Amino acid sequence: MNITIKVWRQKSNTSPGEFKMYSLSDVSPDMSFLEMFDVLNEQLVRKGEDPVAFDHDCREGICGMCSMVINGQPHGPLRGVTTCQLHMRSFNDGDTIVVEPWRAAAFPVLKDLIVDRTGFDRIMSTGGFVSVNTGNAQDANTLLVPKPDADEAFGAAACIGCGACVAACKNASAMLFVAAKVSQLALLPQGKVEAKSRAERMVAQMDDEGFGNCTNTYACEAECPKEISVEHIARMNREYLKAKLG
Amino acid sequence: MLNAKIPDGPLEHKWASYRSRTPLVNPSNKRNLEIVVVGAGLAGASAAASLAELGYRVKCFCFQDSARRAHSIAAQGGINAAKNYQNDGDSVYRLFYDTIKGGDYRAREANVYRLAEVSANIIDQCVAQGVPFAREYGGYLSNRSFGGTQVQRTFYAAGQTGQQLLLGAYSALQRQVGTGSVQMYSRHEMLDIVMIDGKCRGIIARDLITGKLERHFGHAVLLCTGGYGNVFYLSTNAMGSNVTAAWKAHKRGAWFANPCYTQIHPTCIPVSGDHQSKLTLMSESLRNDGRIWVPKKKDDNRKPGEIPEEERDYYLERRYPAFGNLVPRDVASRAAKERCDAGYGVGASRMAVYLDFTFNMKRYGTVEANKQGLRDPSEEEIMRMGKAVVAEKYGNLFDMYKQITGEDPYEVPMRIYPAVHYTMGGLWVDYNLMTNVPGLYALGEANFSDHGANRLGASALMQGLADGYFVIPYTIGNYLSGEIRTPSISTGEQAFADAENNVRDGLDRLTGIGGNQTVDHFHKRLGKIMWDKCGMARNREGLGSAIGEIQSLREEFWKDLRIPGTQHELNPELEKAARVADFLELGELMCHDALHRDESCGGHFREEFQTEEGEALRNDEQFAYVAAWGMNGKNWDLHREDLKFDNIKIAQRSYK
Repeated sequence: MNITIKVWRQKSNTSPGEFKMYSLSDVSPDMSFLEMFDVLNEQLVRKGEDPVAFDHDCREGICGMCSMVINGQPHGPLRGVTTCQLHMRSFNDGDTIVVEPWRAAAFPVLKDLIVDRTGFDRIMSTGGFVSVNTGNAQDANTLLVPKPDADEAFGAAACIGCGACVAACKNASAMLFVAAKVSQLALLPQGKVEAKSRAERMVAQMDDEGFGNCTNTYACEAECPKEISVEHIARMNREYLKAKLG
Repeated sequence: MLNAKIPDGPLEHKWASYRSRTPLVNPSNKRNLEIVVVGAGLAGASAAASLAELGYRVKCFCFQDSARRAHSIAAQGGINAAKNYQNDGDSVYRLFYDTIKGGDYRAREANVYRLAEVSANIIDQCVAQGVPFAREYGGYLSNRSFGGTQVQRTFYAAGQTGQQLLLGAYSALQRQVGTGSVQMYSRHEMLDIVMIDGKCRGIIARDLITGKLERHFGHAVLLCTGGYGNVFYLSTNAMGSNVTAAWKAHKRGAWFANPCYTQIHPTCIPVSGDHQSKLTLMSESLRNDGRIWVPKKKDDNRKPGEIPEEERDYYLERRYPAFGNLVPRDVASRAAKERCDAGYGVGASRMAVYLDFTFNMKRYGTVEANKQGLRDPSEEEIMRMGKAVVAEKYGNLFDMYKQITGEDPYEVPMRIYPAVHYTMGGLWVDYNLMTNVPGLYALGEANFSDHGANRLGASALMQGLADGYFVIPYTIGNYLSGEIRTPSISTGEQAFADAENNVRDGLDRLTGIGGNQTVDHFHKRLGKIMWDKCGMARNREGLGSAIGEIQSLREEFWKDLRIPGTQHELNPELEKAARVADFLELGELMCHDALHRDESCGGHFREEFQTEEGEALRNDEQFAYVAAWGMNGKNWDLHREDLKFDNIKIAQRSYK
C-alpha cells in the first residue's frame, strides 16, 4: 500500500506546531499502525531528520500509553480498539491519514504526538483507592460479592487510562475516566466505606485539573477503546449527589 | 561459595522465625530513612506503597508517563495462590513443590517456600483493594487451571489479571502519593547507581522530557525493573522493557545470576513479517480450555476444519498423558518446535500449531444449556452458548487475536508459536532480596530467585506482589536498622557528581557517533543472533560463534549508529539506543552462561544434553548451583551458590 500521513509536529510544549506530510510506500496491510510509524521514523532518522515522537509501550492494547487522534477519531476508526492494535488493513491504498495528539487543555503537548496525562494520576491520588494498608486484609472469601456486581465492577476497572474519552469530548471532560473508578469501587463492598469522600474528592480534583464539564454527548463511550459504558457516569452522579446531600 | 543468608530451622518455620527475630526500625526512625524504588510494576508499586505505609520516605521512578503503565499490566491469565478453595488437594507444600519441580530443580528452596506461604495473603490484600477477580454465582472467588500443576489454584480477572492487580497496586501507590509519603517520578529513567563507601546510596535518573540528569539519595535502593526479554528484539515484552537498571548495577558490582534462563512461551501469535515490532501472547489459561494439535500428515494444506479427528496429532496429550495440554511452558514450547521442525507445522510459514477451542465450546455450551433448562438444544444453540462462556473468560484475548491476524478464533483454531516471554535470570539476591551490593535490592522479575530454570504460569504476578507487599517490608528492616545513624547524604558528594558525569559522557558518546544506521537496525540483528543461537535450543558451537558475532556487532554499533538530536531534550531514539547498548553487553553474558552450563534444564536446552525422548537432561552432580556472574573488566567471574534440596527429592522431571 501507498500511504500519505499528515502528522502534527511540535518541538516542545512552548513552541508552535504544524502539520507535515510524509509519504510511505510498500506498507503491508498486516502492519500495525504504530509499526507504520516505526517505518516512517527509520526513514526520517536515515535522512537525518527528527523522528516523530509518540507514546507507546505494550503494543497489545492494555497499557494505555498509545494516544493518537487518527482522522479525527481517538485511536482511529475501529470501535473498541487502541491505536497499537489498529492495523493498516483498516485503510486503503492511496489514503491520506491525518494524525494528531490528544487535544485538551489538561493534556498539554510535550512533543509531536506526546501529551502530558499526569492529571489523571493526580485525580487517582485523591480517592481512586480503598484505604487498606498491606497486611490488613481478611480472608478473601469472607467478602462475598454477587457475580453481576463483580462483573460490572470489572467492566469499569477495565479502563486503561489512555485519555481517549477526554480527547473525544468537545468539552475535554474526564467524566468517563473518573466515573469508571468511582463506579468500580462503589459497586464493591470494599469500596463503600469511602464512597462519599471518593466521589467528592475525585470530582473536585478533576475540575482543578482543568477538564471540562460533561454535557452527555456520549462521545467518550463511542471512542473508548475498552467500551466503558456511560452508565458509570450515571452511577458516579448518584454517588456525588449522595455525598453532597448526606 | 555464596552465602544466601537463609535462616536456620526447618523449611516451614524459616520465614516465621525470621520475622520474629529480624531487627525492627521504630516509627520515628523510619521517617528519617529514604528509599529509592526504581520501577512501578507489581513489585515496585507494591513495595513503594507498602514501605510508605510503614512510614519510610519513598521516591519511586518509572520511565512510562504513569506508574499504571508498567508491563505487569499486560499479564493475562492469572495469579497462583495456595488457598485450596477448590478442595482439590492444594497446600503451601504443593505450590512449593510444583514451583521447584517446574523450575527443573534450579531454584532456592527457602525462597520458594516463603513465596508459597505468602501467596494466600496476596489474594486477600488484592480483594481488599477492590480488585475485581472473577467470581462464581454464589459470590465466591473463581479459579482456573494453569500449566505444570494438577490443581486449580489460579485466580483471575478475565484475560486481564495483570491489569487488575497492577491497578490495585497502583491505587495503593497513588494513595501514598496523595499523602506525600511517596514522591513519584514518572518519565524518569535510572541510568546509574551511586556507591559511597561500599554501599549503594542513590541513583542518577534522567528526566525523559527535559533530558536533565538528576541525583537522588536513598539509604537503600530497590530495583524493580522487570526482565530483559527484549534482548531478543521480538518478545512479548513492552517496547520499553529493558535491562538498563539491572545492567548498570551489574557494572557497579552487582552479580547477575543465571542470565541464560529465558522463558519461551508456547502460545504466542506467530511472526507475520519483517515489520514486526513485538509479539503478542495468548494466555496459558487458553491451553486449559483448548487443545493443541497439528496434522498427522506432513505439509498438509487442508483447512483445519477439513482435517478429520483421526488425522490430527494432539501431540502434547500423546506425549504427556498425565498433564496433557497443561505441561509447563518450556516443555510445550520445545514440543511445538519439534513438530514444526519435523515438517508438521501449519499456516503459510509452517511455523505454527493449532490451538483449538471447538471441544470446550461444545462442553461449556452443553453445561450452560443444562443450567438454563433447555431441552434438546440444537448444535448451533450449544455452540452459541459455549462461545458466550468462552467470551466471558477470554473475550479480550480472542478480540486481540482477531485484530492482529484478521482471523476469527471463535470460528477457526488459533495459530500459535513460541516466543520470548520472561527471564528467570536476574540480579543475584540473598534471602533478604538484597544483591551482593549492600543497600541494593532487586525484586520481581529483576531478580533471579524463585523460578529456577523455568517459571510456571501465573507465578510471575505472585512473585512480584509477594516481594513487594510481604517480603521487602520485613527484610529491609534487617539492613535499615543498621542505618538509623546515617543522616541523609548530600547529592553534592563527589560520588554523585562522578556518576552523573559518567552518565552524561555515555549519552554524549551515543549522540556523537554520527554513523548511518538506526538503533532498530542493530537491535534486530542482535535479536536474530540471540534467537538463533541462544533461544529455544542452544549448542556449544552456536553459542561460541554468537559471542564473536555479538562482540563485532557491538563494535559496529559504536561506530555506525545514528541518533538525531541531543540528550538535552525529549529524545526517544536516544532512550532506545542507551537500552540497546546494554543489551549488546548482556547478550554476550547470556551466551557465556549458556555455554558454561553443560546440561539442559528448564528453558535452557542444550542440544548435546537430552534424553532419548528429547527431554532436558540435567547434570545435578556438576550444575546444581546458581551461576552468579561478577563483571571483571571485559570478562566475568563465576560465583557459585550451591543449591541444596533438603525437602524435595530431586528427580528427572516427568509430566508423563
